[in-house]
Amino acid sequence: MKTNDLILQTVTKVCAFVIILFSISIFLGGHYSPGGGFVGGLMTSCAIVLLLLAYDLKTVAALLPIDYKIMIACGLLISASTVAGSWLFHAPLMTHAYSYFNLPILGKTSLHTAVLFDLGVYLVVIGVTMTIIQTIGESE
Amino acid sequence: MSLLHLAILSPFLLAIAVPILYKHIRSVHTGWFVLGLPVILFTYFFRFLSATQNGETVAESFAWIPSLNVSFDVYVDGLGLLFALLITGIGSLVVLYSIFYLQKEKERLGSFYTFLLLFMGAMLGVVLSDNLIVLYTFWEFTSLSSFLLIGYWHHRERSRYGAQKSMLITVLGGLAMLGGFVLLYIMGGTFSIRELIGQADSLFEHPLFTPALLLVLLGAFTKSAQFPFHIWLPDAMEAPTPVSAYLHSATMVKAGIYLVARMSPIFAESGVWLWLIASFGIATLFWGSFSAVKQTDLKGILAFSTVSQLGLIMSLLGVGAAALHYESIGENVYMVATVAAVFHLINHATFKGTLFMVVGIIDHETGTRDIRKLGGLMAFMPITFTIAVIGAFSMAGLPPFNGFLSKEMFFTGMVNVLNMDIFNLDAWGILFPVLAWIGSIFTFVYSMIVVFKVFGGKHQPDKLERTPHEAPLGMLISPVILASLVIIFGIFPNLLSGTLIEPAVASIIPSLLDGEFHVHIGFWHGFTPELFMTIGVIAIGILLYLTVPRWKKVYYALPEAWSLNRLYDKTIELAERASIWVTRLFMTGFIRSYLVYIFLFFIISLGFTLYWQDAFKLDTDNTAPIRMYELILAIIIAIGSVAILFVKSRLTSIILLGAVGYTVSLFYVLFRAPDLALTQLIIETISVALFLLCFYHLPKINLKEERMTFKLNNALISLGVGVIIALIALSAHSNKLFDSIASFYLENSYKEAGGKNVVNVILVDFRGLDTMFEITVLGIAAIGIYSLIKLRMTRGREADENK
Repeated sequence: MKTNDLILQTVTKVCAFVIILFSISIFLGGHYSPGGGFVGGLMTSCAIVLLLLAYDLKTVAALLPIDYKIMIACGLLISASTVAGSWLFHAPLMTHAYSYFNLPILGKTSLHTAVLFDLGVYLVVIGVTMTIIQTIGESE
Repeated sequence: MSLLHLAILSPFLLAIAVPILYKHIRSVHTGWFVLGLPVILFTYFFRFLSATQNGETVAESFAWIPSLNVSFDVYVDGLGLLFALLITGIGSLVVLYSIFYLQKEKERLGSFYTFLLLFMGAMLGVVLSDNLIVLYTFWEFTSLSSFLLIGYWHHRERSRYGAQKSMLITVLGGLAMLGGFVLLYIMGGTFSIRELIGQADSLFEHPLFTPALLLVLLGAFTKSAQFPFHIWLPDAMEAPTPVSAYLHSATMVKAGIYLVARMSPIFAESGVWLWLIASFGIATLFWGSFSAVKQTDLKGILAFSTVSQLGLIMSLLGVGAAALHYESIGENVYMVATVAAVFHLINHATFKGTLFMVVGIIDHETGTRDIRKLGGLMAFMPITFTIAVIGAFSMAGLPPFNGFLSKEMFFTGMVNVLNMDIFNLDAWGILFPVLAWIGSIFTFVYSMIVVFKVFGGKHQPDKLERTPHEAPLGMLISPVILASLVIIFGIFPNLLSGTLIEPAVASIIPSLLDGEFHVHIGFWHGFTPELFMTIGVIAIGILLYLTVPRWKKVYYALPEAWSLNRLYDKTIELAERASIWVTRLFMTGFIRSYLVYIFLFFIISLGFTLYWQDAFKLDTDNTAPIRMYELILAIIIAIGSVAILFVKSRLTSIILLGAVGYTVSLFYVLFRAPDLALTQLIIETISVALFLLCFYHLPKINLKEERMTFKLNNALISLGVGVIIALIALSAHSNKLFDSIASFYLENSYKEAGGKNVVNVILVDFRGLDTMFEITVLGIAAIGIYSLIKLRMTRGREADENK
């Protein structure tokens, strides 16, 4: 049932990457402006779904050779170790550390361990969404 | 955390490393890596002997869950140390033996040693914990590792059956025991065994005392395979022989005995305790030894023999409790029962360990354990024969082996019952020595069967899979060590009396030991009733052994349908059938039926609560004015939702649903919640994409169910859900029981968590644990969907399970 998707495909080529970049931006900025790992992850999956709609499962799998199930595991591991990491410093679970640093190019930036936790959330959300969509899409 | 804690946890730590070692170093048998640990632990625990000998105890504490009164307190006293030495000592020998028993080319050694180490750590935890909850945790861990080890050859149907049976019975008992522990906590206000012992007098008066006692005993009886719960032990023999020797003879099945001994200071005042333990023990002794003679599988004989010996120790502990009711401590004759229990516990571990290893050798070298096929092996395996004779004669209670000494003391303990005048023992006490004596006769008979049917008689080479020959040296080391212990303990029993037995007895009946107390075990007591009982056992035993074929008919007097095993099987079958029936009742396989259940429950429970609590309230004070935009959006949503009902094509309804969702997100924009709006928008996008993907798989719309009642039902349910939600939303707005928490977050999110976006700070910091578990649930759901869809085409693989 594939028809000529030229317009969709051309637009997707540009859009998908803009969406992914934007999603990473709102993921990183989540602590200060709207966004965060959950929304960021969903938005990245949206971009991938867009790619799926414009092309097909095989092309996208070749483009992004990722096993999303492993991605879920990695995300969970990152989040869980951030949660447990505070034990090493004799602090209660989920205690975050943050401070301001002067980084080259970026200037004064706030770095926060919550971002690590959020990175886990980000990865899990992408992994879950894409695992579900891929599995259902593949089973014809 | 002390060294003692580390000693208990070290097997768990090594268990993590074992699979890695197994995977990467295949040229060396994994057992060699494991062997060091039990040996080191044995030496470590050996050093405690000098302390417990002087009546001292060692206690270490580690706060685990202080808010729930659960702390990982470990405590080494005579009893705990005795078990710890058994666990690590027999453990070392069993690991050494298993290195030669399990071939590294064929077996999954990684799993085997992981399970074995799990068990070792759990068992050490059971016997050294002071906290009941910690004890229970380790207790269930032993059941779990036993389950895994019985099912080690999981391709065999019998292994799986045996594993499930042992799991069901022991875990059921374990749960009962947990109930008993909780009752003890309610009575005493502490989970610490030592503190509970301190309050033993006040506990005795409490109305919950007897229920707690019964529940704890249920745990002990199931674990220690007491009649009628013994049926799991013979089926557990499907495990590899080293496991049978270790778990199902020397250590794990003695956890129940440990529990009874440990709890004695709390419960032993009670007559129920004495009667239950003594009578169940003696019944088990009789039934186990009687059934053992019937068996044709060598491991079956040993299994029933273990059952009966456990009953013997149990009954001794029960009778030993009587000592509490008699004052004269110095010469208290009833103490002998408790001493005998501890002594026999050690002896049983040595001779039964020996015999199991001998059976393993026979199985390994001939390929069968069936006594009808075996015979005449004396000439082929002389060393094994010698070991077997030592083990079996000790089990039968013949001098000069250690079994003789403890058997004599057992008789003394049972004969003493005749002199007791408490709890109606004067009326029924005569049964104890009689049953003990009959049980011992059967013990003698099956001990002889083990030796002479296998090693004596005629060799039948045509029935054997391979030509028998002596076992390799490595396999003989462990049984030879154990057999020498049988002899050493037999000739020098007082090696044990001061070092192990006295401290252990002191832990079982501490109240009696203020004064001097010494155990001396001697061979010759003069012409006592016990001696004549032993002579009788030997004489009648020999007679019965020679005439076994003539009286074996009695075993078939009871029809098979009446046996306990049939009862168990029927119960399981019935439970399975009932659960299938109940499940089929409501599991139709259609998601729409499930949604109906969920929504109906939702309407009924929430509606009822709303009505019952009189919670509905409408309060328009604190509401914002309705603006034009909101009205427009609401109308769009209403039109969209109603339109979905009348649409004929599914594609259109998906798009309409999406439109409704996007409109909802506009609401968030109006109410200045950018995070929510963003999330809602993306969620809508993704769910529309998902719907489109599922499009193929969905049944055709509106084809099957055109009936009016179906539509009416759905209309009623949806109307109900809508009304309930609206009522709850309105009431929630009107009832303000607490101040909003929002101000707390607004104030603290920057101060405490360094973030300006409150929503995100809540997600990753304030309520980060919620997020952690939510993403875990998401992950599980994704894996679940993956396996549901990917694995459904692999049906019909059930036949492979038994390959």
